[in-house]
Amino acid sequence: MAFLDNLINGISLGSIYAVIALGYTLVYGIAKMLNFAHGDVIMVGGYVIFTAMTSMKLNAYLSVLIAILACTVLGIIIEKVAYKPLRQATSLAVLITAIGVSYFLQNMALLIFGEKPVTFTSVIDIPKITLFDGQIVIKSETTAAIVVSVLIVVGLSLFVNKTKSGRAMLAVSEDKDAAQLMGINVNRTISLTFAIGSGLAAIAGALLCSTYPVLSNTTGAMPGIKAFVAAVFGGIGSIPGAMIGGLLIGVIEILGRAYISPQLADAIVFAVLIVVLIVKPTGILGKKVNEKV
Amino acid sequence: MKHRIKPATRKSFITYAIMIAAFIFVEILVSTGNASNMFQGLLVPFCVYSISAAALNLTVGILGELSLGQAGFMCIGAYSSAIFSVCTKDTITQAWIRFPIAMLIGGIFAALFGVLIGIPVLRLRGDYLAIVTLAFGEIIKNVFAALYVGYDSNGLHFSLTSQGDLNLAPDGKMLINGALGISGTPKDSTFVIGFIVLMISLVILYNFTNSRTGRAVMSVRDNRIAAESIGLNITKYKLITFGLTAFLGGVAGALFSHNLSALQASKFDYNLSILILVFVVLGGIGNIRGSVIAAIVLTYIPEALRKAGSNLTNYRMLIYSIILIIMMIFTSNAKIRGFFTASFMRLKGIVFKNKSAVKEGE
Repeated sequence: MAFLDNLINGISLGSIYAVIALGYTLVYGIAKMLNFAHGDVIMVGGYVIFTAMTSMKLNAYLSVLIAILACTVLGIIIEKVAYKPLRQATSLAVLITAIGVSYFLQNMALLIFGEKPVTFTSVIDIPKITLFDGQIVIKSETTAAIVVSVLIVVGLSLFVNKTKSGRAMLAVSEDKDAAQLMGINVNRTISLTFAIGSGLAAIAGALLCSTYPVLSNTTGAMPGIKAFVAAVFGGIGSIPGAMIGGLLIGVIEILGRAYISPQLADAIVFAVLIVVLIVKPTGILGKKVNEKV
Repeated sequence: MKHRIKPATRKSFITYAIMIAAFIFVEILVSTGNASNMFQGLLVPFCVYSISAAALNLTVGILGELSLGQAGFMCIGAYSSAIFSVCTKDTITQAWIRFPIAMLIGGIFAALFGVLIGIPVLRLRGDYLAIVTLAFGEIIKNVFAALYVGYDSNGLHFSLTSQGDLNLAPDGKMLINGALGISGTPKDSTFVIGFIVLMISLVILYNFTNSRTGRAVMSVRDNRIAAESIGLNITKYKLITFGLTAFLGGVAGALFSHNLSALQASKFDYNLSILILVFVVLGGIGNIRGSVIAAIVLTYIPEALRKAGSNLTNYRMLIYSIILIIMMIFTSNAKIRGFFTASFMRLKGIVFKNKSAVKEGE
C-alpha cells in the first residue's frame, strides 16, 4: 500500500508539473524561447492568492481567479517589455533576458514579502477520497491536481486545434513568416500565448502551494526547471507530451525519493531526462525536424 | 626588419597588457593600503569567475553551443582538488608544490567528466543541449551533496547514504561530509596565484582559438554540415572544446575551493552556471577579453551596491536584474543598436568637424 501511496503522490506532483510544463511548451513552441521566468510567475500567482486570502479575506476560488487575471496581465507585460524588443535577436540573448526577468520577479517578491517563507492555506475544499477501508487516502489536493490538469490538457487541445486563435498559434509555431503572409497577427498570437501560459502558471501556483504549503520567493524556481525538463521529456511543443512528461517526472521523483535516496531524487529525474534525450533527441512525442543545407 | 603583427596576435597581447596593468594597479592599491577588505576579499573570486567565464566562452562563442553546466565542472574541480589537498596536507607541506598539482587534478577530473558527458550529449543542439547540460550540473551538485568521503589507514572510503556507512577506522578522518561539504581545505589561493592561472588560461584560450583546431571548431560553429562535408570530425572538435572548457572550469573550481576553508556543493547550483553565462553574453560572445572584464565588473557591482548603503542593499539584486534586462535589450535589439550607432557616428562627425575647424583657425 505504501507503493500505491507513493504512486498517487507522484501522480499528484506530476499533474502539477504537467500544468507548468504546458505553459513552457506553448511558449517554446510559438516564441521558440526558453522562458526561464515561467517558474517565477508561479510564485507570483501563489503570493497573489496568499495576499487575497489573508489580507483581503477573500474567498479561495475568487483569490485563484484574481491570481489568474494578475498573472495573465503580468505575462503580457513581461512579453511586451522584455521579450518583444528581442524578437529578431539570438536565442541566447532572449535566454539571458528571461533570466533577468526571473531575477527581477524573485527579488521583487523578496522586497515585498520578505525572506521568511509564508504558510499557505489550501485553496481546495473538496472531500478527500478514502479507498480500501481507509488504507489509501487520496487527499483533496491530489484529486484537484489530477482533475484540473486533465481538464486543462483537454481544453487546451480543443482550443489549439478547433478555434481560430488556436490554429493561428499552430501556424505561427510552424513558420512565423508564412503565418504573417497569411494575415495572422504574429505579435498578437505570441502575446496570447504568453497570456495563456502565465494564466496556467497561476493555476499551477494554486495547486503547488496547496499541496506543498510553503511559499517563498524561490518557490517557483525548481518546479519551473523540473517542469521544463518534463516538457522536453515529453517532446517540447506537444500538449499531450507535456502531460505525459509531467506525470512521468512527478512519479519518478516521488518514487526515487521513497525508494532510492531522498537526496538523489532530483539527480535521478535529470538522469532520466538525459537518457531519454540521448535515445530520442526530440523527446517522447516530439517531432523530428530534418536539417537542410 | 619590420614585422607585421597579425590582428589576432595584437588582440591577445592587448588583453595580456590590460590584465598585467590591472594586476599592477591592484597590487599598488593593496600595498599602499587603499583597498578595502571587501575588495581584497573579492580578488580571488575575480580570478575564479574570469577563468570560468573565459573558458565557457570557448564553448558558447567559439563552438557556438549553449552550456548551462559550467558550475558542475567547477564543482568537480573544487571537490577533487580539495580531496587531494586535504589528503596530502601532511606529506607535501609546501603549498607552492601542492597547489599546482591540486589545480591540475581538479582540471583533469573536470575534463574527464566533460569528455564523458560530451560524447552522448553533444549530439544534441541548441536549447536541448542547454537543458541537458543544466541537468548534468544539477546531477553533479546533488551527487556531491549526498557524498560522504573519509580516509583512514586502509585508504579512501566512499558512501552515498550517511557518515556511519563509511566504516572508518578510529584514526580515520572525514573529507566530505554530505551536504556540509568539504572543510579543512588549506587556504592556498592567493591573488597572485589566481592571476598567474588566469594569464595561463588566457594564453591557452587565445592560442587555441587561433590554432588550426580553433579554426576548425569555428567552421563547425558557422556551418556544421559544410564542415562535415570537407571531412572535419565534428565530434572530435566538439569534444576537444568541451573538454578544454571543463578543464579550465575545474581549475577555476580548485581556486575557488582553496579560497574558502569550508565549501558546500549547494554553491554550485544552476544559478552559478547562469551567472557565468551572463558574464559571457554581456562580455560579448566569442570575445575572451570581454568575458574577463564582464566577470570582474559584474562580480564587483553587487558587492559595491551592498556596501553603498543599507538602502541599496535590499535593492541591489533588483537593480542588477534591471541592468541585465536593459543591457540585453540595448545590445540585441537591432533598432535601438542602430539608433545608438547612428548617434555615435553623428557625434563623431561633430567632433571631427570641430577638430578641422580648429585646424583651419590655426
